Amino acid sequence: MDQATQAVLDIRGLTVRLPARADRENAVEEVSFSVLPREILCVVGESGSGKSVTAHTVMGLLPPKQLTATAGEVLLQGDDLLKKSSAEMRRLRGARMSMIFQEPMTALNPLISIGDQIEEILQIHTEMSGSERMARVIEVMTAVSLPEPERLIHSYPHQLSGGQRQRVMIAGALALEPALLIADEPTTALDVTTQAQILKLVKEIQRTHGMAVLFITHDFGVVAEIADRVVVMQHGKVVEQGEAKGVLTNPQHPYTQMLISSVPSMTPPARPPRTDAPVVLETRDLCKTYRDKSLFRMARETRAAHNVELNVRRGEILGVVGESGSGKSTLARCIVRLISPTSGQILIDGHDIAHLSARRLRENRRLVQIVFQDPYRSLNPRRTVGASIVEGPMNFNVGKAEALTRAQDLMKLVGLDPDALDRFPHQFSGGQRQRICIARALAMEPEVLIADEAVSALDVSVQAQVLDLLDDVRKRFNLAILFITHDLRVAAQVCDRIAVMYKGEIVEHGVAAEVFRAPQHEYTQALFDAAPGRDFEFGRFEVAEAAG
Amino acid sequence: MSAITDRDLGPGGIRGYLAEFRRNVLRRHPTMAIGGGLLILMILSAILAPFLFTVDPIALSPIQRLRVPSGDHWFGTDMFGRDIYSRTIYGTRISLVVGLAAAVLSITIGLVIGMTAGYIRLLDAILMRIMDGLMAIPGILLAIALVSLSGASLITVTIAITIPEIPRVVRLVRAIVLSVREEPYVEAAVAAGTRLPLILIRHILPNTIPPLIVQATYVCASAMLTESILGFLGVGTPPEIPSWGNIMAEGRTYFQIAPWIIFFPGALLALTVLAVNVLGDGLRDTLDPRIAKKM
Repeated sequence: MDQATQAVLDIRGLTVRLPARADRENAVEEVSFSVLPREILCVVGESGSGKSVTAHTVMGLLPPKQLTATAGEVLLQGDDLLKKSSAEMRRLRGARMSMIFQEPMTALNPLISIGDQIEEILQIHTEMSGSERMARVIEVMTAVSLPEPERLIHSYPHQLSGGQRQRVMIAGALALEPALLIADEPTTALDVTTQAQILKLVKEIQRTHGMAVLFITHDFGVVAEIADRVVVMQHGKVVEQGEAKGVLTNPQHPYTQMLISSVPSMTPPARPPRTDAPVVLETRDLCKTYRDKSLFRMARETRAAHNVELNVRRGEILGVVGESGSGKSTLARCIVRLISPTSGQILIDGHDIAHLSARRLRENRRLVQIVFQDPYRSLNPRRTVGASIVEGPMNFNVGKAEALTRAQDLMKLVGLDPDALDRFPHQFSGGQRQRICIARALAMEPEVLIADEAVSALDVSVQAQVLDLLDDVRKRFNLAILFITHDLRVAAQVCDRIAVMYKGEIVEHGVAAEVFRAPQHEYTQALFDAAPGRDFEFGRFEVAEAAG
Repeated sequence: MSAITDRDLGPGGIRGYLAEFRRNVLRRHPTMAIGGGLLILMILSAILAPFLFTVDPIALSPIQRLRVPSGDHWFGTDMFGRDIYSRTIYGTRISLVVGLAAAVLSITIGLVIGMTAGYIRLLDAILMRIMDGLMAIPGILLAIALVSLSGASLITVTIAITIPEIPRVVRLVRAIVLSVREEPYVEAAVAAGTRLPLILIRHILPNTIPPLIVQATYVCASAMLTESILGFLGVGTPPEIPSWGNIMAEGRTYFQIAPWIIFFPGALLALTVLAVNVLGDGLRDTLDPRIAKKM
């Protein structure tokens, strides 16, 4: 093979064993793929597919004694990395391959200025003088479009935004011009608009520096955005690989077909408007202001939600979309009355619950129920799921036997075994736990259900199932649902109407199809432009056999 | 990967811990087995003191005073001819009772105050300032003051030792409550109309148990030490009660001619405190999932 086509990274038959007592024998099994020069290879898969383990094996970052590569070769420009000593690996990391991580806050040391953190890499690997190093730091920081690098080098990670921190990580990864950049879900923790910028940056850097990029993601939108080639992993095995376009438009393996079919479309389906149904939830001038009181300086005010006006009709799903810090979760917590609004009204069936006394509020707790984002923290790990589901009804004097019968019916309704009520949460998967949370909310027979990022932590295939369940529940109980999400694709699929929140205010509000077709507010437009893979319509494939 | 917290400990409460204990702990934490074993030995000897070849610990026998350790008097005798071995074994009772009582009392009171302070914002500031005030007083000084106010007795000494320990427990419990109350499952319970006392008992209390068990061992060890210090200073349990501190205090003046009077209770005190601390360290390692997970 000549230099131009020789793979930068060539993984051949890699097998990594899991510790005993794990749910399967190997974390990755017989994985083979290669990253060619000047290409972005996306490894895509759901949680537990082994994609991160593969990347960590390449970097030599597997936790010692727990995960060990038992077979195969990992060739970086022809050198087998599995045969290197840890000292040799240390010299390679940063110099010939580098990695960026998902969480840029925890990947940077909070006590060291970012200039020093980038300089450290140069100090370890090169013989450069102090001034040469400083010049190089400024150079790479300019390359990743960080503003005013001369000033920024003295900043600490907490003074930067999430996107800027990820830029710093990339600058550090670039410092030694490595041949291979490994990016492990680098945009997952970022907002959509920031994600779009970082993706653009990775693509740019890859072009200008001629690097090979191994990009790990779970998001097919991201794949459509940046990948040259794609490797699809499931249960530690590669099920399909090929040119990005080919895999996305014409997937061969049933699992890939199922995954791509599960990606929600950016075009909302036609839905009949529900103008005749009565309004169940209405907020008027709802405000939540946090005051940071201090003896020695002016009180600082943060307007988390400001003059929010929205209404949800019976049997309708209203989507509230926005980025982190937009106030959408504050809004949800106000309506559930986990926190008290500063001013304004929250009308449920015409009755204001915004400023009830503690006792009156408790009597009205049944009306609004909430499903949270994190399925692992939403259920008390020390109580059976049955106990969690009947807790609410029993607070309202429903007998235990009756509550349990109802819980069994609800378990059936959300697609779980009714006999599983005496199991503990850890015996269920994330998607199943989210179903249990929905059952718990329904057990209260609420008027309004709030789903606060309820599918955001789930894998895309599970996400589709839970969305179906929510829609089914809406129809069956004619429920009003307030659906809070940062994911425009999800919002497009399930919401009748959309409210876009930005800095605590609703900036746009309308029928989902209208908002998606012709966004009015400039923030909404920016938000939609930033959605990864927005121009790519993911196909719907008839999956012959149930995969996964 | 998400941070590992105590929710990964799995369910089953105390029963679950016991099952886990049988399965792993003894084999993986031999130090804990040693600490626990020593402590059990101490408790047994305290209970069975009359049957362990002891004589009356307060019986005077001036003829036999200041005897070196021998077959008749294993640990020697003191200046009044009392058998040091018998006195030390009976002294185990005092130390253990004070240690355990102080641990149970300070944990119980601290738990109640800590949960209140952690969940009820209005009381938080007031309660915590009181705790800050308590923490500012040196423990020994407070003990001396209390004992001189209400006279020396086992109960006064226990109370005097318990009070300075309470703020530490309160702070621990409050910190746990503050973090657990933000958990979605607690908020879901609030949204489901569960009353405050039930939320505290059902959803929050179980999270405080593992760290409190560990804290209890430290309180116990430090209480036993403080009890001896008070005895040594002459403000502890009444002098006729054979506590380790009292024995050592009496032996102090004779240290150069009869060092065994101080040596044996001192060694036993050190051994007991060590046993309790080792047990606490082991418990911390097994109950803290961040460390347990790494095994």
